[in-house]
Amino acid sequence: MAFPHRPDAPELPDFSMLKRLARDQLIYLLEQVTSWKKDLFIEADLMSPLDRIANVSILKRNQHEVDKLYKVENKPALSSSEQLCFLVRPRIKNMRYIASLVNADKVAGRTRKYKVIFSPQKFYACEMVLEEEGIYGDVSCDEWAFSLLPLDVDLLSMELPEFFRDYFLEGDQRWINTVAQALHLLSTLYGPFPNCYGIGRCAKMAYELWRKLEEEEDGETKGRRPEIGHIFLLDRDVDFVTALCSQVVYEGLVDDTFRIKCGSVDFGPEVTSSDKSLKVLLNAEDKVFHEIRNEHFSNVFGFLSQKARNLQAQYDRRRGMDIKQMKNFVSQELKGLKQEHRLLSLHIGACESIMKKKTKQDFQELIKTEHALLEGFNIRESTSYIEEHIDRQVSPIESLRLMCLLSITENGLIPKDYRSLKTQYLQSYGPEHLLTFSNLRRAGLLTEQGPGDTLTAVESKVSKLVTDKAAGKITDAFSSLAKRSNFRAISKKLNLVCGTGMVRGVGGFIPLWSTFLGGNVLERRSWQGLDEVVRLLNCGDFAFTDMTKEDKASSESLRLILVVFLGGCTFSEISALRFLGREKGKREFIFLTTAVTNSARLMEAMSEVKA
Amino acid sequence: MDCYTANWNPLGDSAFYRKYELYSMDWDLKEELRDCLVAAAPYGGPIALLRNPWRKEKAASVRPVLDIYSASGMPLASLLWKSGPVVSLGWSAEEELLCVQEDGAVLVYGLHGDFRRHFSMGNEVLQNRVLDARIFHTEFGSGVAILTGAHRFTLSANVGDLKLRRMPEVPGLQSAPSCWTALCQDRVAHILLAVGPDLYLLDHAACSTVTPPGLAPGVSSFLQMAVSFTYRHLALFTDTGYIWMGTASLKEKLCEFNCNIRAAPKQMVWCSRPRSKERAVVVAWERRLMVVGDAPESIQFVLDEDSYLVPELDGVRIFSRSTHEFLHEVPAASEEIFKIASMAPGALLLEAQKEYEKESQKADEYLREIQELGQLTQAVQQCIEAAGHEHQPDMQKSLLRAASFGKCFLDRFPPDSFVRMCQDLRVLNAVRDYHIGIPLTYRKYRYKQLTIQVLLDRLVLRRLYPLAIQICEYLRLPEVQGVSRILAHWACYKVQQKDVSDEDVARAINQKLGDTPGVSYSDIAARAYGCGRTELAIKVWVCWSMSHAQGSRPLRAGTLTWVRARLGVFTVLLHLKNELNRGDFFMTLRNQPMALSLYRQFCKHQELETLKDLYNQDDNHQELGSFHIRASYAAEERIEGRVAALQTAADAFYKAKNEFAAKATEDQMRLLRLQRRLEDELGGQFLDLSLHDTVTTLILGGHNKRAEQLARDFRIPDKRLWWLKLTALADLEDWEELEKFSKSKKSPIGYLPFVEICIKQHNKYEAKKYASRVGPEQKVKALLLVGDVAQAADVAIEHRNEAELSLVLSHCTGATDGATADKIQRARAQAQKK
Repeated sequence: MAFPHRPDAPELPDFSMLKRLARDQLIYLLEQVTSWKKDLFIEADLMSPLDRIANVSILKRNQHEVDKLYKVENKPALSSSEQLCFLVRPRIKNMRYIASLVNADKVAGRTRKYKVIFSPQKFYACEMVLEEEGIYGDVSCDEWAFSLLPLDVDLLSMELPEFFRDYFLEGDQRWINTVAQALHLLSTLYGPFPNCYGIGRCAKMAYELWRKLEEEEDGETKGRRPEIGHIFLLDRDVDFVTALCSQVVYEGLVDDTFRIKCGSVDFGPEVTSSDKSLKVLLNAEDKVFHEIRNEHFSNVFGFLSQKARNLQAQYDRRRGMDIKQMKNFVSQELKGLKQEHRLLSLHIGACESIMKKKTKQDFQELIKTEHALLEGFNIRESTSYIEEHIDRQVSPIESLRLMCLLSITENGLIPKDYRSLKTQYLQSYGPEHLLTFSNLRRAGLLTEQGPGDTLTAVESKVSKLVTDKAAGKITDAFSSLAKRSNFRAISKKLNLVCGTGMVRGVGGFIPLWSTFLGGNVLERRSWQGLDEVVRLLNCGDFAFTDMTKEDKASSESLRLILVVFLGGCTFSEISALRFLGREKGKREFIFLTTAVTNSARLMEAMSEVKA
Repeated sequence: MDCYTANWNPLGDSAFYRKYELYSMDWDLKEELRDCLVAAAPYGGPIALLRNPWRKEKAASVRPVLDIYSASGMPLASLLWKSGPVVSLGWSAEEELLCVQEDGAVLVYGLHGDFRRHFSMGNEVLQNRVLDARIFHTEFGSGVAILTGAHRFTLSANVGDLKLRRMPEVPGLQSAPSCWTALCQDRVAHILLAVGPDLYLLDHAACSTVTPPGLAPGVSSFLQMAVSFTYRHLALFTDTGYIWMGTASLKEKLCEFNCNIRAAPKQMVWCSRPRSKERAVVVAWERRLMVVGDAPESIQFVLDEDSYLVPELDGVRIFSRSTHEFLHEVPAASEEIFKIASMAPGALLLEAQKEYEKESQKADEYLREIQELGQLTQAVQQCIEAAGHEHQPDMQKSLLRAASFGKCFLDRFPPDSFVRMCQDLRVLNAVRDYHIGIPLTYRKYRYKQLTIQVLLDRLVLRRLYPLAIQICEYLRLPEVQGVSRILAHWACYKVQQKDVSDEDVARAINQKLGDTPGVSYSDIAARAYGCGRTELAIKVWVCWSMSHAQGSRPLRAGTLTWVRARLGVFTVLLHLKNELNRGDFFMTLRNQPMALSLYRQFCKHQELETLKDLYNQDDNHQELGSFHIRASYAAEERIEGRVAALQTAADAFYKAKNEFAAKATEDQMRLLRLQRRLEDELGGQFLDLSLHDTVTTLILGGHNKRAEQLARDFRIPDKRLWWLKLTALADLEDWEELEKFSKSKKSPIGYLPFVEICIKQHNKYEAKKYASRVGPEQKVKALLLVGDVAQAADVAIEHRNEAELSLVLSHCTGATDGATADKIQRARAQAQKK
């Protein structure tokens, strides 16, 4: 079960440094604002990350003179301070809000000082808006380069869920700079990365930009010994399938069911079996959770009951203790046991809750359909299952997810299904989703098969294209041409779908990454041998490797691999790679993602909802 | 102190006038001042000289030279005059040089001899020539008045907003008036002119004769007239050597004086200060300067050189080849303190402080004297004020020292005035410096005439950026008003330096400006763009976006090109948005896919209309349709508006050949209308529901007929309808209707859902009714749902289905189902045997 600390695993870098760095920078920025009192307005999305690195008491401590904290929301602020400080993401919406505040003050004849702190960086468009609203001169701007939040010992998140939509749908490349800066920060802190690999257009751009930054800072990192031997940059759109599948490992399920937000989750009354909901931090420090997080859900119950029995046994030990032993027990072990007990009951509660939900929604049926889609049999049956799903209005997001899964695995829907499913969907969930479909089409998630796009035709065509330069042409992510996924062909090549034996990762399906990182690339240090797959992924031009010639890297560092997910990753993918690290032995993966995501979040990012 | 009053000259009983040197001029003038056209700007402004004017008509081949100097004689600009003959020079309030040409054209130059613009004083002048011109200052700005060869006057009260006004004719005017001036009263500009013994006042409408009250008889002509700085007073010099002084309205006489000099004076100006009782006129002849006022005697000075008078708010500046002097009435505070044998508290305090420095006990005596009179506060105030009026830093210091000394003996003396004075004097001394050459007096600086903002502007105009910034920092002005503004000006100036390479300019700007708030880079780039330096404009942008994107780091050439490709495009384009017309802008965008997508996003939030235009331009009907759909629920409130938006969207979709979307949109229009009707007829909330929800709501409301009608109209498939009705009826717990419905025809979704839904509503009884009708494949499931394990087992055994058997087995619990479990086990064993 799980992996308590393995003696053979390389030591992980200390990421708490990142927290300290971000906190100190924020405090410095706040101290820059010279005034007796200031009120701090924080954007809702920044609250949780902020909470992870600095608590309110730090901000309110005398030296930083933050008087009151407000949430940035669309209503007038009732602040009496002479200074207003805004801590926001660089979004136009926020700029408008600030502008309305400042202009209201102007009308009221009030003069205050305003400071806007953008996190992680400011965008020109924001300043443009400030200028257009006529308040550019009234506010001063600053940047809080807080782009890396350690969620766990091996997981860094940039907490930028909008990266996915902004880049993969809108074609906005501004965040790439943020990614490059974050990578740059990592390399200054933990030494250069001797081996770099990447796949995907965005990965390539981020990589190039990052290199540019390094070049400018010449020499600073040169002398350092690398702590992390390999870095992989991966684009989300290379593998949508994994992200769209239901998750079956415990952590993934908790995320799907309760939504893990910034590394912590709100367990409602039905889990805590009291009348309050409880916020629980989920990371390696939670011993119980750490042991079950990567387990397939079906194993979790067994494990938990075993654990409960062990716990009981430990409690029971106190019988027959003499006074001295008892004293020892109470002072040393009891507290730990109590804590474990509390966590255990929470997770059992969570499991029950998940079970309840899953059986209610015919989880088995759903999984079966998903599996059928992945394996490519009973397509008609699956299609009508999806249709029924829509007709019964089970859940707009779930329905959408199944449609996308069908489209990707089948290389686009056949025109008849494409029309009828969309019609049904609009009838069920409202006409505004016409826009959702147009988004999905643009992102290549839900498309229509063109004539001659049937699977066999494509498979034969692709092999011809391999030698053809034209292969690169269809990859242009920014043309409105939907991308072809070629999922089936890839799956066949890599043996992604396996029977019942190997149930790692996502219900009988091995995440694409695992096969990439599972050795081939690492051993050969190139994409060689995977050429065809890479081409099928439409990433022919965007797969790269970069090795430094001199091998300064210690063997210790070469066992550490940083995986960067551009556009987010799911807990299942993380679990699968953790498993892989253990299986391949003596390797440890570290994860950097723009945000932890799941199928529902992906679909929501693509959805158009009425404001 | 003994000789401090040596240069004081009494005028009458109550006033003293003093003249002191501001600068010794080191301009090496080749010509005499009298050979030049001279113009000096008020408030210590610059001096313009146009040498070799045409009136001498010496050598036409020699081009005249226009020189501009600071008040201390530092050359600012020098240029060859290439245009036509100039009649008059003058400075506007913004320190622009106006040169009035004989042909009526007025050329405007900047402080550094840079040509700004030109305008004409009317067509009439073209034939008649300009005889004379005056530049005058009003509260609106600066005005120009001209006298044409036809002896008509034309004036414009504000050259910034040029409106020419032709004044009415003076009856019987045959020759040029002997003297004339522009008068400003009640916000209207007039002309006062003298012809022989008569005075005429011209306003817009009429020409009226005026007579100054109490004018001595025997005047046959007026030789000179002078209006005070504030247009309140008027002085007239007659051919009898008689000077009349009165109000400018010519209603009241102040005083008169007879100097017995019949020669026409070269210049006559008022010398007074606001709120002074005394008013005096300074009259200058070739070698003589006379100050006359309400006193029988006048003050006379001898002029060694050709001199020129510049009226100021509180005195007169007099400059010649070698010196630049200031003549003014000694201010009250100074007079009190420095007057010989003065016993004023301030004088005593100054004395006390001096004694104190000498470590003499007399200091105490003096102090006691003031304190006994209870005048210490007054004494301190006097010293502070007097310090302001002193020109020599030494004297300022000793007065301030005295004030600070006196302050020690006061309990509650507000420090502001002292602090402010110290600050002001430092600023004033700085700008009075020889190199800067702005001889401002304290009064001009303080009394709202010239605020610190204006002073900074003047420094900026003189390109004295470092000093301006130092002043801002010293006075702790808010960055936006102070440093940033100056830096922005500096950057704008910098981009105009054509001899410096783009790269250097951009880097310099970026280094200096960095992240200073309130600097508008768009202005700077616009300026560069305006100079035709598009490359530079882009570089400025790029530098800026670089510094913003990556912290302030020095640029490298490689990065620059890279950033330009990536980041710069967008910013430059956004800037161009304001410069280019829309069509061009969109065309440019088209070639920049990345910028385009950024711009689209920007528009989505900020400029929706532009977005529409953008799609239109591209013939992107698909997006255009989406745009209207979004508008139909985001922007429009009224149902008609929404339908209209949808109609536009549908049209766009048709153009985009997206028939599906078009049809869906049309359906939505129908639905909206229908929902509206339903709301009207049935009440309740229907708008914005999806079709499915609309039908459900109808069923829940008991409107089955309408629901069916709707289903037919919108061609809802059977399966959906059945699901829908099933859920709705179960929600209503209308079991009777449900049963009727189930029997209406064969269910397209089977009967298992019926069982499920009844169980969900905890109605086992109803569920059982349907369980029997469930098809064989799902029979086991249905039976298990209603809890009939035994029968389920039978069916499963009958089917000989292993999966079903184990399913049933897993439902067998405890003793009650023991028999059933055994039965299954037996059946299994049998099956295996076979």
